[in-house]
Amino acid sequence: MKIIDILILAPEILLIIFSIIAILTASFFKSNKSYNLIFQATIIIFLFSALILYLTPFEIKTNVNGIFIRDTFSKFFQILILLSVSCLLFMSKQYLQKNKLFKPEYPILLIFSTLGMMLMISSNNFLLLYLGLEIQSLSLYVVSSFRRENYKSTEAGLKYFILGSLSSGLMLFGISLIYGSTGSINFEIISSMIKHEGFFPGIIAGLVFLICGFAFKASAVPFHMWTPDVYEGSPTPVTAFFATVPKLAAIGVLLRVLFDCFGQLVESWQQVIIIISVLSMFLGSIAAIGQNNIKRLMAYSSIGHIGFVLMGIASGTDKGVSSVLIYMVLYIIMNIGVFVFILNMERNGVAVTTINSLNMYNDVSKSQTLFLTILLFSLAGIPPLAGFFGKFFIFNAAINAGLSWLAVIGGIASVIAAFYYLRIVYLMYFGLSSDPLSGKMPTAHWLILSGSALLMLIGIINLYGLEKPSFLAAKSLIN
Amino acid sequence: MDYLLSLIIFFPSFGALILGIFLRGENLESNNNAKLLTLVSTIAPLIFSIFVFYNFNSSVTGFQLVEEYQWLMGLTYKVGIDGISLPLILLTTITMPIVIISSWKIEKNVKEYMICFLILETLILGVFCSLDLVLFYLFFESGLIPMFLIIGIWGGNNRVYAAFKFFLYTLLGSILMLFAVIYMWTVSGTTDITKLMFFDFNSSDLKLLGFNINGGIQSILWIAFFASFAVKLPMWPFHTWLPDAHVQAPTGGSVVLAAILLKMGGYGFLRFSLPMFPDASLIFQNFIFSISVIAIIYTSLVALMQKDIKKLIAYSSVAHMGFVTLGIFSMNQQSIDGAIFQMISHGIISAALFLLVGVIYDRMHTKDIDFYGGLVSLMPKYALFFIFFTMANVGLPGTSGFVGEFLVLLGTFKVSKLVTIFASLGIVLSACYGLWLSRRIIFGNVTNNSLLEITDLNRIEKLYFIPLIVLTLFLGILPYPVLEITSNSVDLLVSHLAQNLK
Repeated sequence: MKIIDILILAPEILLIIFSIIAILTASFFKSNKSYNLIFQATIIIFLFSALILYLTPFEIKTNVNGIFIRDTFSKFFQILILLSVSCLLFMSKQYLQKNKLFKPEYPILLIFSTLGMMLMISSNNFLLLYLGLEIQSLSLYVVSSFRRENYKSTEAGLKYFILGSLSSGLMLFGISLIYGSTGSINFEIISSMIKHEGFFPGIIAGLVFLICGFAFKASAVPFHMWTPDVYEGSPTPVTAFFATVPKLAAIGVLLRVLFDCFGQLVESWQQVIIIISVLSMFLGSIAAIGQNNIKRLMAYSSIGHIGFVLMGIASGTDKGVSSVLIYMVLYIIMNIGVFVFILNMERNGVAVTTINSLNMYNDVSKSQTLFLTILLFSLAGIPPLAGFFGKFFIFNAAINAGLSWLAVIGGIASVIAAFYYLRIVYLMYFGLSSDPLSGKMPTAHWLILSGSALLMLIGIINLYGLEKPSFLAAKSLIN
Repeated sequence: MDYLLSLIIFFPSFGALILGIFLRGENLESNNNAKLLTLVSTIAPLIFSIFVFYNFNSSVTGFQLVEEYQWLMGLTYKVGIDGISLPLILLTTITMPIVIISSWKIEKNVKEYMICFLILETLILGVFCSLDLVLFYLFFESGLIPMFLIIGIWGGNNRVYAAFKFFLYTLLGSILMLFAVIYMWTVSGTTDITKLMFFDFNSSDLKLLGFNINGGIQSILWIAFFASFAVKLPMWPFHTWLPDAHVQAPTGGSVVLAAILLKMGGYGFLRFSLPMFPDASLIFQNFIFSISVIAIIYTSLVALMQKDIKKLIAYSSVAHMGFVTLGIFSMNQQSIDGAIFQMISHGIISAALFLLVGVIYDRMHTKDIDFYGGLVSLMPKYALFFIFFTMANVGLPGTSGFVGEFLVLLGTFKVSKLVTIFASLGIVLSACYGLWLSRRIIFGNVTNNSLLEITDLNRIEKLYFIPLIVLTLFLGILPYPVLEITSNSVDLLVSHLAQNLK
C-alpha cells in the first residue's frame, strides 16, 4: 500500500479509526454523558468525511491495486450518503432517548453500515463490492431489531436477515458465474473482455442474479416483500434510515456495476430493469392505497420511487444516469422531511403511526401541515415542486432513449400514486376531526421539516445547481 | 417595462408570501387585513395589465413584451403576449378582484383561502404568458394544487369526492401532454413556443401495432394535447368532473373555475394544437365538430333537467365551451375570432351567474331550484341582474354572448352547414333552460315562507356586479376593442394554417 492510497482512502480510514475509538469509549465509560459524546462525535465525523470527500482532488479511476475507484460519481453518492446519515442520526436522537433506545451501539452500527456503503460504491472489484454490501447489511439486520423487547421489531430484523442472506447468496452465485466465465472479478477487465471477445451465456446468467440481489437491496418488485414489514417493525429512526440511505447505496452500486462493468451489454440488462421498473411502479402505487400505517405507506411509496429510478437506469444513457442522481437527491430530501414528521407523531407521549390519526391535523399545527403538504405533493410529482423535476428528467431520459411507452406507463402509475399522497393531504385539511395528536415538535426537527419543504419550493428555480455535478458524475461513470 | 409581464405574473404570489409570513392571528382584524392585502395584490396586476393593454401594439404580429432567461437543462423562462393571450390576461386580472370582493364573507381559514387564490392567479397568468413549452406545462399543472385545496377545504358537503375527482381527472389528462411535450423537445431540440409554431412535425402515416395512423406522429401528439385540453375545457364526454367540482366549490372557486380555468383549454388549442399540428387538426376536425355539437345539444338538454342551480350553470358552461371548440377548429378568421370572443364573454357572464347563485346561497344555504320562487317581489334588484345575465347567457343581441356565438356560427357555416344548423339548435335550447330557470326562481308566487326574510343585494354585491354588467353590454354593443387586439394574431394563425394545409 502506497502513501497515496492512504490519502485516497482517507475518509474510509477515518471512519474505521473513529468506530474503534467509539467502541472502546462506549465499553469503558458507561454513562449517558459519554454516549451523548459518541453520538455527537459521530455526526461530526460524518460531516467531516463528507467535507474531505468534497475537497479531495483525486479523480483517479482505479487505485489500491485496482480495486478501488474514487471518481466524481462515487464522490457524489458518498457525500450524499454521509450528509443524509448525519442528518438522520441527528433527527433520531430525541426519539431514541424517549424510547430508552439511546445506546452507543446505534451510532456505531450506523458508522459500519455507512462504511460498507461507501466501499460498495467505490469498488472496482466484485470482492470489495460484496464485502461492502455485507458490512452494510449485517449492521442493518441488527439495527432493524434494535428494539429487542418488541416482537415486531424482532420480526423485522429476522425477516430482513433471512431474505437478505438469500439475496446475498443469489448475488454471490451471480458473481461466481461471472468469474467462471471471464476469469476475473475486476470490472475493467471484465468490461474489456466483453468488448473484445463478446459475451458468454454465463455472464448474462450471472448478471441476472446480480440484478436480483441489488433489486432486493433497493426493494424493487419482485424482491420487495420484506420492505413493508421491516419498515413497520423497525423503530421509526431506523425506518427513516432504511427509506433513504441504503436505497441510495443500492442504486449507486447498481449503476456502478451495470455501466462500469456491463456497459457493453445495455440491451441485455435493459429488459430486466424495465420489467422490474414497471412492476415496482405499479405495485408501489396500487398497494399503498390500502395502507393505514404511514410507515407501511412510505414503504410502498419508496418501492414506487425506486421503480421510477429504474426507469432512468433502463434508458442506459448518461442523461438517464444524471436524471437518476437528481431524482435520488430529491427523494432523499423529501423522505427526510416526511420522516422527521413521522418521528414526532404521538398522542399522550405514545408514538402513533396510523394515517387516520392525522385527521384535521391542520387544527393542531398549521405550519407543520403546510410543510408536509408541500412534501407530499412533491412526492406525488406535482409541479411546481422539485419532485416534479425529478420525474420530468427521468421521463425525458426515457423518451430520449426511445422508451416512450415506458414513460407513459410510469405516468399512469404516478397518477395512481398521487391518490394516496392526496389522501393524507385530504385527512389533514378536510378530514373529520377526531382524537388529535399532540403536534409538538422540537425546533431542530421543525427546521429540518421546513427546510426540506422549502427546498422543494425553491428547487424550481435552479435545482440547487445540481444539474452540473450530476452530469459530471454521470459522465465519469459512463466513460 | 422590461419586467412588466413578470411583475403581473408574480405580484399576486408576492402578496401571498407577505400574507403567509407576516400576518398572524385569527381575529376579525387580521382577517380584514388579509382581505385588504389580497384585494391590493389583485388590483395591482389589474392596473398593470390595463397599462399593458394601452401599450399593446395591435399592428405588430408576433409576441410583445418578451422576456427570456436561462433556466434548467437548456429550458428557458420565456414570457410574452400576443393578441390571443392578452384578452385572457385581462379577463383574469378583472375577474380576480371581483372574486376576492365576493369572498368578503368567508370566515373559515381566511388567510389560507386568500393565499390559495393569489397563488392560483399567478399560475393562471403564467399559463397565458409563457412562451416555453415546459414553463407552460408547469403553470398549467400547478393550478391543480390550490384548486384542490379550495374545493376541499371551503367546499360543500360532498367536497372530498369532488376534489379528488377534479384532481385525478385533470392530472391524468395533463400527464399525457407532458410526454408529448418531452417528445416535441426531443425531436425539435427546442421548447420555445415561437420556434415550435414553425416546426414541421412529421405527419406522414405511421403503422403502430398493425393500425394505420393517419397523420402519424402529429396525430399522436395532437391526441396527447387534446387529452389535456379536452379535460380542462371540458369537452363532452370528458366533462363529468365539472358539475361535481362546481357544485361543491365555494362561490369564489366556481367563479375562477368557470371564468378562467376553463379558458386554459381553449387557449391551449389555439396556442398548440392548431399552429403546431395543422395536419392533425384537419384530420380531427370532424371528430371535434361531432363532439362539440353533441356537447352543445346534449349538455343543454341535461342542463334543462337539473335541480341544482349551480349544476345547471355548469352544464350550460360545457355547452358554451362547445361553441368555442367549434369555432377554433373551423379554422377561419371569423370562427377563431368568435371563439376567443366567446371565451371572454362566457368568462364574464358565467362569473356573474355563479356570483348570483352565491348571493342567494349565502342567504339561504341551498342551491335547490325548487326552494326558490317569486324572488322578483322580494329582491327586485337581484331579479333584474339575474334576468340580465341569463339573457346574456342565452346570447341575446346587444350582450356579449351574442357576438361570440354569432361569429362562431358564421365561421362554421363556411366549413360545414350541417354542423352550423345543429349548433344553432343549442342557442334555442339555452334559451329554454335559461328562461325556465328564471321562471322557476325569479317569477311566480312566493311559495316558500322561509324566503320572506331574504334581503336584496347589498352595497358590496352591487359593487361587483356593475363592472360585469358594463363589460357585458359594452362588448355586446361594441365588440371592436377585443376583435382589434385579436385580429392580427388570428390572421397570422389562419394564414400559417393555410400555408401548412396546402
